[in-house]
Amino acid sequence: MTIAFPTPDAGILARRDAILAGLAPLVAPDALIVTEDERRAFETDALTAYRRLPMAVVLPSSTQEVAAVMRFCHEHGVKVVARGAGTSLAGGAIPQEDAIVIGVSKLNRVIETNFADRTMRVEAGITNLAISQAVAHEGFFYAPDPSSQLACTIAGNVAMNSGGAHCLKYGVTTNNLIGLTVVLVDGTVVEIGGDMLDAPGYDLLGLMTGSEGQLGIVTEATVRILRAAEGARPALMGFDSVEECGACVAAIIGAGIIPVALEYMDKPAIEICEAFAHAGYPLDVEAMLIIEVEGSEEEIEDAFARIVEIAKPFNPRALKVAQTEAEAAAIWKGRKSAFGATGRVADYICMDGTIPTGQLKHVLKRIDEIVKGYGLRVANVFHAGDGNLHPLVMFDTNAPGEMEKAEAAGEDILRLCVEVGGCLTGEHGVGIEKRDLMTTQYDRQDLAQQLRVRGVFDPLWLLNPAKVFPLTGRDLDEAPANGREAA
Amino acid sequence: MTTLSAASHAPANEDEVRALVTDAAARSVPLAISGGATKAGVGRPAQTQETVSTTGLSGITLYEPAELVIGARAGTPLAEVEATLAEKNQRLAFEPADWRALLGTSGEPTIGAVAAANVSGPRRIMVGAARDALIGVRFVNGRGEAVKNGGRVMKNVTGLDLVKTIAGSWGTLGVLTEVTFKVLPMPERTATLVYPGLDDARAVSALSAALGSPYEVTGAAHLPGDGGTLIRIEGFEASVRYRLGELRTLLSEYGEPALVENADGEALWRGVRDVGPLVQPADRAVWKISTAPTRAPALTASIAMRIEARWLYDWGGGLVWLATEPSEAAARVVREATRAHRGHATLIRAPADLRAAIDVFEPLPEAMMRLTKGLKASFDPKGIFEPGRMYAGV
Repeated sequence: MTIAFPTPDAGILARRDAILAGLAPLVAPDALIVTEDERRAFETDALTAYRRLPMAVVLPSSTQEVAAVMRFCHEHGVKVVARGAGTSLAGGAIPQEDAIVIGVSKLNRVIETNFADRTMRVEAGITNLAISQAVAHEGFFYAPDPSSQLACTIAGNVAMNSGGAHCLKYGVTTNNLIGLTVVLVDGTVVEIGGDMLDAPGYDLLGLMTGSEGQLGIVTEATVRILRAAEGARPALMGFDSVEECGACVAAIIGAGIIPVALEYMDKPAIEICEAFAHAGYPLDVEAMLIIEVEGSEEEIEDAFARIVEIAKPFNPRALKVAQTEAEAAAIWKGRKSAFGATGRVADYICMDGTIPTGQLKHVLKRIDEIVKGYGLRVANVFHAGDGNLHPLVMFDTNAPGEMEKAEAAGEDILRLCVEVGGCLTGEHGVGIEKRDLMTTQYDRQDLAQQLRVRGVFDPLWLLNPAKVFPLTGRDLDEAPANGREAA
Repeated sequence: MTTLSAASHAPANEDEVRALVTDAAARSVPLAISGGATKAGVGRPAQTQETVSTTGLSGITLYEPAELVIGARAGTPLAEVEATLAEKNQRLAFEPADWRALLGTSGEPTIGAVAAANVSGPRRIMVGAARDALIGVRFVNGRGEAVKNGGRVMKNVTGLDLVKTIAGSWGTLGVLTEVTFKVLPMPERTATLVYPGLDDARAVSALSAALGSPYEVTGAAHLPGDGGTLIRIEGFEASVRYRLGELRTLLSEYGEPALVENADGEALWRGVRDVGPLVQPADRAVWKISTAPTRAPALTASIAMRIEARWLYDWGGGLVWLATEPSEAAARVVREATRAHRGHATLIRAPADLRAAIDVFEPLPEAMMRLTKGLKASFDPKGIFEPGRMYAGV
C-alpha cells in the first residue's frame, strides 16, 4: 500500500449534508447514492488494493443532468471522479473521500447507427461489447477490444484510450473515435468533432482521449464502425528461444505481413494457461506465438503459407494452423484466460509497459532478474506486434510484505521499459498506479506543458485530481522557465 | 546557426531553436515557422516579423523496419523519409499530399510540416490520418522550453496526448524539432476499379457499398468531368485478385469498371491526393470540406445552385475539394452550405486579401474558441508563433 492519496479537504467533508442536499434536486431520487452500504460498491475499481469511499455517487440519466451536477460541484468546490464501469486496472476510477462520483452507467443507449457512413452515435455509458453487438447483424463491429469489453464502457475507453489484442491492425480508441459530447468542469457542454473523419481547429478529440477524466466528462461519443473480415484464423508456433521467436516476429513484419493479432507468451505463461485451459500448448518450448490473420479462406491460406515459409529459419516447433472453429477457439482460450488462470495460482499485479520490440530479449531477461531479486515469480504475455508487454508479477497477499515487493518489482519493470525507449503504459492508463513514475518518462518541462494544458480545462484541480500527475510538483510557479533538467 | 536574411533564421539544433524562441519571446517578436514553405500560403496572413526555418534540423534519427517506426528531425525532406522507407519496402501509410502544384509553391516539403499540417491522403479512410500515425514529437514551446510527448512505440497512453494537439496546429503552438511516425509495409499489388458515368449520389452510394464491404478498400474517390469513381485495393497478389472479383460482383449495379494498375494507377491516386483536377484555373479559391459521405452530394449541389463550382470527392465522399471564384460572396455560400449539411470547411487556396478578409478555418462555437485560446496560451503565452494564422487571437 505505497500509493498516497491527497489529504481530504476537511471543509468539504464538514459540508457533506449541505452538498448532498444541493445535489438532490438535480437528479432523480434513485440516482443519488448516499448510504455507506451503497457507496461501498463504488469505493474501488479493478485495482482493488486501494479503496476510498466517496461522499456520494450520482448516476445521471442525461447530459443535462451531468451538466447540472458539474455546475453545482464547480460552484461549491467539490471534486468529481468520473466512472464508467469501474474496470480500470490503474486505479483511474478510485474515488477520494472529499469527492463525489459521477457514474455514466445509466447513459447506455445507442442514439444512431449509420451503416452507409460507417458511424455510430452512442451514450458514453454503453459497454464496449454492446456497440459491436448492436451492429453485428450487418456484419460490422467496433474495433478496439480491451479484454474487459463485456463490462467496460466507451466513456472509460475514451478516458484511458483503451486498446486490445487487435490494435496492430485497427488502432486504439483514439484512432476510432470521431465525435464527443463533453461536459466541462463548469457545466458547459461542448460538441467536439462530429460524424466526419476530421474536426476543425486544434485536435481536442485527441487531447480528450486518454485524459483520464481530468479534462471533462464524456456523455456521448461517435465512433467508426467497420465491416468485419470474412473470416479469421489463428495459428500457434513454439520456439526454443526468445531470440528465435523475436526474430520470427521481425521477419513476418519485415515481409510486409501485418497479422491482425500477434501474441507472445513466455514459458511460465504457457504453463499456467495450459494447466487451466488445456489448449494444447507445447510445454517444452521457451516462447510461443499466436498469430491470427483475416480474410476469406483463400486469403487466410495464402497468408499462412507465407508465414510458415518465413518462420522456417527460426525452427518453429509445434506449429499448428487452426483448421476448425474448435481448434481456433482452443488456441485463443489459453491466451484469453491468461489473467484468470494466473489468478488461480497466485495473486498478481498486471503491468502494462510498452517496449521497442527489438528489445524483447534484453527486457525479458532483466524482468526475470528483477522479479527473482524480490523472491517472486513472473509470467509474461506480450502484444508482440506493437511492443505492449503485460508481465504478471505473482505474489501471496497473505504473506506479509509480498504485495509491497510485487509493487516494487512492477515499478522496476516499468522503469526498465522507459529506459529501453518504451513507456509506462500502453493501454491501461496512468491512474494512481503509475502516477508517481511519471517523472521517469517525462522530465519537468514535459510534465509542465501537460499540466498547463490540464489547467486550461480544470484550473482548480476538481476533476479526478489524485491521478496521473505526481502530487508534488504540480505548482508550475516552481518550474524553471528555461534550461533542461536531467530526466 | 545560419541567418538566411535579416529576418530568417535556420537553427542547426534544438538548443538554437530554444535560444531563438526565448529571444523572440523576450522581444515579443511574432515568428513564422517554416519547413520547405510549400504550405506557407495556407491560413490567415499572419503578421510575423521573423521566420524560423527548420531546414537546418535535418536527418533521420531512428528507423527500425521491424518495429514499423521512423523518426526524423523536423526539417528532413519528406522525399528523404519516403526514399528511406522505400528501401525497406515500407511507407507513410497515410499518404501525405504534395500541395505544391495546388498552391503554386516550389520548395521541398518537410516531414515536420506533414505533422504540423496533419496532411493526409486517400488512404486516411483505411489507416488513419497523419495524426494517427504520429506517435512522438519534440518541440520548443513559446517559453523556449524543449518538450517531448509520446515516444517511439505505437501503444502509449502515458499522460496527456499532446502529439495530437500539435498535429494540425499549423505552427501556432510550437516549433517541432523531431517527429516519429508509425509506418506500414508497401503492398505487393495495388489495383483500382474505375466506374464511369456515375452521378455524385450514385458514386457516393457505390463508395459506401465498397467501404462497407469486408474487402479493405484503401482509396475511395469520385472525380469531376467523368474522371470516374475510383475504388482501390492493396495487398498480396492472391488477395487482391480475390477481392477484385468480389467487389465487381458486389458493385455490379454500378456498371462495368475499368481496371487501372501500376503507373497509371499511381498517377490517378496522386491526382486525388494532390487535388490535381482543381489545380487549374490557378486563380480559383479551393476549399477542403469535411462532412459525412452521404451528405456530401447534397452539400455540393446546394453550392452549385448558387455559384459556379467544381469539386472532387475523396474519403468515400467525406472529403470534398471544391473550387469557386475567389470572392467573399462565394465564401459565404460555401460556409452556409457546409453548415447546413453539418460539415466544416477550410479555405486552403486563395489570394492573401481574401484570406485576410474572411475566416479561413471553420469558425468555432464560443466555448470551443475559449478552449482554443486557452490551449494557445498554455503553449505560447506571449502569442509569438504564427499569431492569427488559424484564428484571430490564437
